[in-house]
Amino acid sequence: MQGIRLIRFIMIRLVQAVPVVLGVVVLNFLLLQLAPGDAATVLAGEAGGAPAEYVEQLRARFGLDKPVVVQLGLYLKNILLLDLGFSFRNNAPVLGLILDRLWPTLLLMGATFVVSVGGGVVLGVIAALGVRTWRDHLISIAAVIAYATPLFWIGLMLILVFSIRLDWFPTSGMENVVAFHEGWARVPDIAHHLVLPTITLSLFYLALYTRLMRATVLEQRGAEYATTARAKGLTERAITLRHVLRNALLPVITMAGVQVGALLGGSVVVETVFAWPGLGQLAYQSLFARDFNLLLGIFFLSACLVVIVNIIVDVIYVLLDPRIQVGGKA
Amino acid sequence: MTGSSFQGSAGSEAEPVLEIRNLSIALPVWADRCLAVNSVSLTVGRGETLCVVGESGSGKSVMARSILRLLPEPHLRISGGQILLDGEDLARVDDRRMRQIRGGEIAMIFQEPMVSLNPLMTVGRQIDEILEVHTDWSKAERRRRVIATFEDVRLPEPAFIVDAYPHELSGGQRQRVMIAMSLVLEPKLIIADEPTTALDVTTEAQILTLLKELQTKHGTALLFITHNFGVVAEIADRVAVMRSGELVEYGPAGDVLDNPQHPYTKALIDAVPSLVPRKHPSRKAETPSEPILTVRGLDKTYGRARTNPTWLSRLLPGLGQSRRGAVRAVNKVDLDIRRGSAVALVGESGSGKSTLARCLIGLEHADAGSAVIAGDEIVGLSRKGWRPLRSRIQMVFQDPFASLNPRTKVGDIIARGAILQGESPHAAMSQARNLLGLVGLDPKAAERYPHEFSGGQRQRIGIARALAVKPDILIADEPVSALDVSVQKQVLDLLDDLRRQFGLTMLFITHDLRVAAHVCEDIVVLKNGTIVERGMTADIFANPQHEYTRTLLSSVPGRNWQRRRPQG
Amino acid sequence: MTSSFWIRFAGNPRVLVGLIWLALVLIGAVAAPLIAPLDPFAMTGKPFVRPLDGFLFGTDSLGRSVWSGLVHGARTTLLIAVIATLAAVAFGGLLGALSGFYGGRIDNLLMRLTEFFQTIPSFIFAILLVAVLSPSATSVVVAIATVSWPPIARIVRAEVMSLRSREFIQAAITLGERDSVILFRQILPNALSPLIVTGSLLVATAILTESALSFLGLGAPNYMSWGFMIGAGRSFLRDAWWLVAIPGIAILLTVLSINLVGEGLNDALNPRLRTP
Repeated sequence: MQGIRLIRFIMIRLVQAVPVVLGVVVLNFLLLQLAPGDAATVLAGEAGGAPAEYVEQLRARFGLDKPVVVQLGLYLKNILLLDLGFSFRNNAPVLGLILDRLWPTLLLMGATFVVSVGGGVVLGVIAALGVRTWRDHLISIAAVIAYATPLFWIGLMLILVFSIRLDWFPTSGMENVVAFHEGWARVPDIAHHLVLPTITLSLFYLALYTRLMRATVLEQRGAEYATTARAKGLTERAITLRHVLRNALLPVITMAGVQVGALLGGSVVVETVFAWPGLGQLAYQSLFARDFNLLLGIFFLSACLVVIVNIIVDVIYVLLDPRIQVGGKA
Repeated sequence: MTGSSFQGSAGSEAEPVLEIRNLSIALPVWADRCLAVNSVSLTVGRGETLCVVGESGSGKSVMARSILRLLPEPHLRISGGQILLDGEDLARVDDRRMRQIRGGEIAMIFQEPMVSLNPLMTVGRQIDEILEVHTDWSKAERRRRVIATFEDVRLPEPAFIVDAYPHELSGGQRQRVMIAMSLVLEPKLIIADEPTTALDVTTEAQILTLLKELQTKHGTALLFITHNFGVVAEIADRVAVMRSGELVEYGPAGDVLDNPQHPYTKALIDAVPSLVPRKHPSRKAETPSEPILTVRGLDKTYGRARTNPTWLSRLLPGLGQSRRGAVRAVNKVDLDIRRGSAVALVGESGSGKSTLARCLIGLEHADAGSAVIAGDEIVGLSRKGWRPLRSRIQMVFQDPFASLNPRTKVGDIIARGAILQGESPHAAMSQARNLLGLVGLDPKAAERYPHEFSGGQRQRIGIARALAVKPDILIADEPVSALDVSVQKQVLDLLDDLRRQFGLTMLFITHDLRVAAHVCEDIVVLKNGTIVERGMTADIFANPQHEYTRTLLSSVPGRNWQRRRPQG
Repeated sequence: MTSSFWIRFAGNPRVLVGLIWLALVLIGAVAAPLIAPLDPFAMTGKPFVRPLDGFLFGTDSLGRSVWSGLVHGARTTLLIAVIATLAAVAFGGLLGALSGFYGGRIDNLLMRLTEFFQTIPSFIFAILLVAVLSPSATSVVVAIATVSWPPIARIVRAEVMSLRSREFIQAAITLGERDSVILFRQILPNALSPLIVTGSLLVATAILTESALSFLGLGAPNYMSWGFMIGAGRSFLRDAWWLVAIPGIAILLTVLSINLVGEGLNDALNPRLRTP
């Protein structure tokens, strides 16, 4: 019963995501119109060495001699058939290029999610339980500072200290390419490379969730149901673990969902700093190759990624909160 | 039930379960007084009910919470005195012992059942927790006990309800869960902090009956905190009256209710509106004036209708109403109000009484029907179309703290309506000053801001604002329900005076039959958006025709005591 | 009322520290040519001079003074962040106010739009915008404003909605007050404090976004900025750490100060909501 309702809920969320995806496509189209030069040259990667006949072919395919509405329709059709075009810079189809770079980004995002949400919840609870003690002050001050630190700078500083001076971690990349690891041997190597980028990307969100968790735990501990629990004879520990924690998690989960898009944006910077071969780095490279089409493709697929992660977050929320009526609008 | 309950134990004190001696509780330094509770001494005997009565700020709730040390320390702390439970001083026991006492020997019921229950945990589990902490029973034993307790408090289908979440229950059911929670280990003492204040009258009556009955059955002592003398008359054996942290009167319920000694108690009891409709000599039933407001077939539906019922009601029939379906707030209402009359629109929450009022004043758009105010149709009017009619009908709102713009001077608040009607600012302001005098405030108040006034004074300002445009009809939407009893009476009397003085027509929205009886000679009873009964207040009170009206009347707390009270 | 606000606000040591740093940055930004007369783009010394060795903060790979860069960079960064924030507050505020006041279909439409802009990966969108519009001070401002208005719209909407259902607004409606008067004279003044707090915190976010853009080489060309300095110094991290460390600390301290002041403002404006 619960399973069927959940599937129904996911279906509804997917349907609700359709306008968002369409909106991104339209936005892409508008950006193409804004770009200097006509869309075909932009799509071909500007002075990117695309043969003249290909540019002509593009003009015909996107109906650039036709009215804007028709152009939009053709553009929509191509994108929705997942035909994102061809990158002459990289001499490969855009979709393939992006999919190749997807999993390193997913790995980095997943690790960051675990570290920032998990760590944020734990630190927030520790700070709230010892409110106004040295633990609370320490955590709160660290969070305030981390919250104000630019990602790229902390990445560079970590490289300076832990890679250049101490030589504990590699400075860049995802794997030691000259070691030619295969199979399971790759795992510790990748994990070793993953440490600094994950810390860099996590720090800001760790601070965000810590502060949020601390505030909500404090608020929920003062809630009337916590007083009821106290009046039942429960220990403070049991009140926090059984009653307060779950209630306090809900805003953190909501916030984690809201931040997915920002997290992807942050990964552009972090991947650039650490030469992590993911979507972000690809975006940076295409930016300087002036390969707009590739950049638009990355934007489109990363928006889709955000939508999917948001649905997963919603499902987690629904599982935690019985008040949300599954099947209707949340 | 009521009559006998306090006569039996009056004077005679049972063996004390709880003894409070010279209890003082300190307020934080920034408060307006130093002590929330000042040297209070009370006892609660085995199996008896002690009611602590007081207005807001009297310290009654703080005192109740201090017994189980539930105060928000360090802001509020016990600064002196003893709290003896069978001789053991609760102010001095260690945390471990205090946890044994909480839930095991003393249980507590709070005012707002919705927020007092954890929304993410089934109600059964929340009660089970008490047993888990205080007993070593097996899971199956505990579950049996929880279900048995649910049967005790007469929750429907206990075996289903154990697995329900708080939001799936009604307000009354939630409070039954709270009562079950307090009873499950049969404690010596139950502290109930305004447990019926958030409930409708009919639900309140049921909960009071239940509490009384369970108390007799289990022989539990009950410390009951309330602001309502009607409730006191229903359940108290003895009464303690508190004001500003001090005990002003303390004695058997019969003595305090019928022969109060302290002037404050007298004033409080006098302020309780009587259920006996007051005679209105000025009005003669034989000369009906023309109707000033005529409503025909007025309809208002919120939300859209959905064909399928929610999964919940399919799963648990009788549980949790569907929130998704359309709510027909006002259902084909016909109403005539004659010029100069005062009509009370009475109903419980969700009866549609406020929606009807909001449709009549143009804050909501009715879906169908017609409403004619002094010859002009108002249903379907746009904001602009309404503008010339604004001076015909005005409203006094419920919450005096939300109904005045905190950033506007009182004088400007009152004068604004007249200015919008074309009055010159100067004339409007001098009229505002006059009105302030009329509602019993200093005309100089015009220069001050709303936050400098108390709730009752703000409500007077709200009345002055409504009168500033010289309306024909005044709608008063629960104008006293947010006020303390002693202030309620003053505001009601003011409304009554002004009405006579200006020949106003008044539509008075209330959930309280006593308030309705006090100010209105006609009454309309609303249930689920439909009018179930209407007529002269005196007739309806003497001889209610509809079943629902009878239930409403019999639910008024303290009705027997009030019938006996001499009328002033 | 106002005096107690100032006591709560300026009496908070965190706020005081933040205000002092911000004042220093502001003085630097305003009086940049006086304090650091050297052109931040001109080669004024040998490359890679260490800090305190003739130059307060040393020189970079092209012999440009880091101190000059910092002071002139403060100008760019602050100006762009403040203008972008003002634009975002104006746009988001208007959208949120309309949405919250009128409700119904308008609200539905505008909130869908807001949700959409909150869902898309905003930084990637900002990169795209700057790239498409070609990097300039204007396009950076446009990009930052475009990605930062949604939270403002949401907060203003929520505030306006709750105020709109308050009885004093209902009373104004029943007196026949015009919508524009109700919105601008009754609702907005009462909704101002959350707007000020969010707006001030948004300046901090805008600084971070601007630095990240100029770090990636998408900043306003011909304007020295902190993010650009870090981006330019990045390749010399091994030998000239100060090229990266010093501008980064400037960003950190400025963002930190704005956050401290913003939170202090929040505590002072809503004394009851203060977290213990």
